[in-house]
Amino acid sequence: MTTEGHPEPRHQPASPSEIFFAFNALALQGFGGVLAVAQRELVERRRWLSRDQFVEMLAIAQVLPGPNIVNLSLMLGDRFFGLRGAVAALAGMLLVPLVIVTALAAAYAEFSRVPMVSGALRGMGAVAAGLIVATSIKLAGTLATSRLGLPFSIAFAVAAFTMVGLLRWPLAWVIPALGALAVATAWQRFGGATTD
Amino acid sequence: MDITLASLGSPLTAADLLGLFAHFLVLSLLAVGGVITTAPGMHRYVAIEHAWMSDAQFTASIAIAQAAPGPNVLFVAVIGWNVAGPLGALATMSGILLPSTALSLFTSRWGAKRRETRGMRAFTTGLTPITIGLLVATGWILAQPYLVQGGHPVGALALMAVSIVAMVRTRVSPMWLVGLGAVVGGMGWV
Repeated sequence: MTTEGHPEPRHQPASPSEIFFAFNALALQGFGGVLAVAQRELVERRRWLSRDQFVEMLAIAQVLPGPNIVNLSLMLGDRFFGLRGAVAALAGMLLVPLVIVTALAAAYAEFSRVPMVSGALRGMGAVAAGLIVATSIKLAGTLATSRLGLPFSIAFAVAAFTMVGLLRWPLAWVIPALGALAVATAWQRFGGATTD
Repeated sequence: MDITLASLGSPLTAADLLGLFAHFLVLSLLAVGGVITTAPGMHRYVAIEHAWMSDAQFTASIAIAQAAPGPNVLFVAVIGWNVAGPLGALATMSGILLPSTALSLFTSRWGAKRRETRGMRAFTTGLTPITIGLLVATGWILAQPYLVQGGHPVGALALMAVSIVAMVRTRVSPMWLVGLGAVVGGMGWV
């Protein structure tokens, strides 16, 4: 079921150190958030995950507490190399960016009043917002093959967007409530098909 | 003891650092849907209850992390750094990461063994559309500051539209798009 709609073969990282460098590289490309780069690198370029697997991992990472993309890297590292892979992914994701961000924090006081710097930050922020929207557009393709059926899938996606994006309800309420409803709907859909 | 801490750049006592660490341990388990959702809780602790930093410093901490490469959770390290230097960053980052990391490893192993069961399939199938809806909401919320008066909403919208089309239609690295954003923004058009 993992290769549905994806004729290209999947690849595997050769070692934990390959995971470390891959996550280091994608973290360093990720200005204003890593998710868009992670989707491109892990699904489209390195092909360690199919689009469906990526969404599935992201869904679990999002329900769990903690930074989504960090949870996702832990799961990916763990899936290929157990605890060593998870540590490699986490270290790759955080070590070098941590050094850079603390250096920036130290330098910030100097440069925050230069208009070009604050303008550049705004421009980068606007692009970061666009990248997240683009990633959601790409991943929305998985809804077409969802067992929920397209109408239910769209309804739940629109409900999540409205509650969190427009109404600004807290995620700690929306995810359990809407999540329970969606999982219950899916549970019914799987009713006739499985025997376990 | 506190003299040693001061020499490491920490204005806080060992007890304060421990309190900071403990507070972020708790926030970690509350951070459903991303760490940024607990920012109000962090703000209350470091800026209001303890007055270790100003409101402006708190907001700037988040902005700095967004401008730097890497996951957004790094803003937690910047807050710790601004409170108490390297030890502060260590306290906040390890606090925010340890519980959620342990929990997500444990849960994903537990779930991986049950991938094909009806319960797990219903779980991931049900949550997928919600995940996608939340992603759109995140993009929407991140875009808000650029679409209000004070800036140049037209420029910002054009920049976002270009980013979206380039990401969906081409294989250009997102890094180049962010670079484009920095240039366009530096010119004062956003």
